[in-house]
Amino acid sequence: VKRVLVANRGEIAVRVIRACRELGLETVAVCSTADREAAHVRLADRSVCIGPPAAADSYLNIAALVTTALGTGCDAVHPGYGFLAENASFAERCEEHGLRFVGPPPSAIRAMGDKVRARELAAKIGVPVVPGSDGSVASVDEVAGAASRIGYPLLLKAAAGGGGRGMRIVRAESQLLDAFIGAQAEAGAAFGDPTLYVERFLERVRHVEIQVLADAEGESVYLGERDCSLQRRHQKLLEEAPSPAVTPTLRSVMGEAALALVRHIGYQNAGTVEFVLEPATGRYYFIEMNTRIQVEHPVTEMLTGVDLVAAQLRVAAGEPLGLSQADIRMRGHVIECRINAEDPALDFRPCPGVITEWRPPVGDGVRVDTHVTRGAPVPPFYDSLLAKVIVAAATRPAAIDRMKQALAEFVVQGVPTTVSFHRRVLEHPHFVTGRVHTRWAEEELPAAGGAS
Amino acid sequence: MTISYDDVQSILKIIDSSALQEVHLELGDFKLVVRRHGTPGSAPAPEPSTSPPRETSADKASATGTPSTARPAAPRSSAPRTHGVEVKAPMVGTFYRAPAPGAPPFVEVGSKVNEDDTVCILEVMKLMNSIKAGCRGRVAEICVENAALVEFGATLLVIEPLP
Repeated sequence: VKRVLVANRGEIAVRVIRACRELGLETVAVCSTADREAAHVRLADRSVCIGPPAAADSYLNIAALVTTALGTGCDAVHPGYGFLAENASFAERCEEHGLRFVGPPPSAIRAMGDKVRARELAAKIGVPVVPGSDGSVASVDEVAGAASRIGYPLLLKAAAGGGGRGMRIVRAESQLLDAFIGAQAEAGAAFGDPTLYVERFLERVRHVEIQVLADAEGESVYLGERDCSLQRRHQKLLEEAPSPAVTPTLRSVMGEAALALVRHIGYQNAGTVEFVLEPATGRYYFIEMNTRIQVEHPVTEMLTGVDLVAAQLRVAAGEPLGLSQADIRMRGHVIECRINAEDPALDFRPCPGVITEWRPPVGDGVRVDTHVTRGAPVPPFYDSLLAKVIVAAATRPAAIDRMKQALAEFVVQGVPTTVSFHRRVLEHPHFVTGRVHTRWAEEELPAAGGAS
Repeated sequence: MTISYDDVQSILKIIDSSALQEVHLELGDFKLVVRRHGTPGSAPAPEPSTSPPRETSADKASATGTPSTARPAAPRSSAPRTHGVEVKAPMVGTFYRAPAPGAPPFVEVGSKVNEDDTVCILEVMKLMNSIKAGCRGRVAEICVENAALVEFGATLLVIEPLP
């Protein structure tokens, strides 16, 4: 691999370009007409405008991306996250044209992309899954049948799902019909596939995910967990590692479960196996696997010292991982806050605009992944992520203090951001003592008022 | 009522210095429609066709691979030097001046074209998209080298409108 097409925008495109540079690889950026002046365009060795602002015509345009990769002499394509990162057809198309897709084989993307099949595969090899329906449910009667076995509350989920769309909590049979119709319509609209399945809805669980890396030779390692329990509407806002709820024993059990799945499906490259964890019992359940680099990957990089994006590029080039499980060491504690152009006072409404002032924090143990500079526009066409602030320190309390200082230093003007939300969370006794769950930010934090 | 080439030129200049996005002018039989780039309908509608102008895959490899390795710089088309109606790329693709290797080009500088004449091809993953002139006139400039990758919105040709 000599030249890489970076099929993305924003901070992840910048991150991938930097990793390529470190490995001595040339980069070709793509952009829509809304991103002509964007950071990833300036940083890459070369850039090509591939379409109008709408993602469907630019960053999601497979033909334009492959044409650009071939026309600029690239031999690999990095999809980043979002857009086409988990699109098996895109990965196939790249391979058909002799381009290395920096990600897993299309078969692994497909196997995990269908959430019903992923559940079945996990269950088959003995990885615990949330109690639920056998396969998909085609009618309200089938859901009611499953409910009589697993009990309420339950969760209706989209088989093609992700990001909380096509998802409904059902607390009683009387809500079932409405929820079923609503979830089906939403799943159909969002994914073009209305197929649903049912899981028992587990209350007060944590979201704990295991980062894995695997090479073409079948070597695989896990790089500890990330705790992403701080969410709003299934959108992660703050991540940390290690999880306050995971013991060393539990870590190795969950890590081995993740690797069992990786080996079973012939997974290669970086991936994340997601679980929910009941802190009281230590019971964990597989929910899904993400077959891409994730937004929160820097948490693991800061914790283990492993450059995951560089590892992705090496594995895609056919190189061995060169890591064994014994090489993976975790040091200290890491926290990441996602700084989005959203207004926490207005239900986290995304706020496009122009960044008029931008002074991100710097200092020992502080990393900021961003594509934003002063004067940069925040276009309305894409996601609202402006930056990720990641801090590392020796202990969790020290990491919390360091993050508080970093956010206090952070100056952003022009658009409202989630900085104020994070500062509230970091002061809250529930967070400080590690007692949050996946619905805490929605259900308990607002009631806490000015908790600081 | 008759209108000269010079009249059209001055009309275009006036429109160009204004903020107007679209102008429809009708004088008897004469009808002039001018749209700025970016206005819906401004890019000539591509006509997809599946017949490849080049036969062998070896041809394809050299056609798409060579220009890039020779030129690591950004593949933007050179800015047009002449005044007229710019034919813009409605998609990213590989620019071809002829329907097949060795075949005569669709147009040369100075060629007269009608609105529906094909002036070039943009190849996107083996799909050949015919690009139309979009107006009646004379080809004033060809802005892209054959077999080069062009960006979305790049100016491919400039056509001087003729009455």
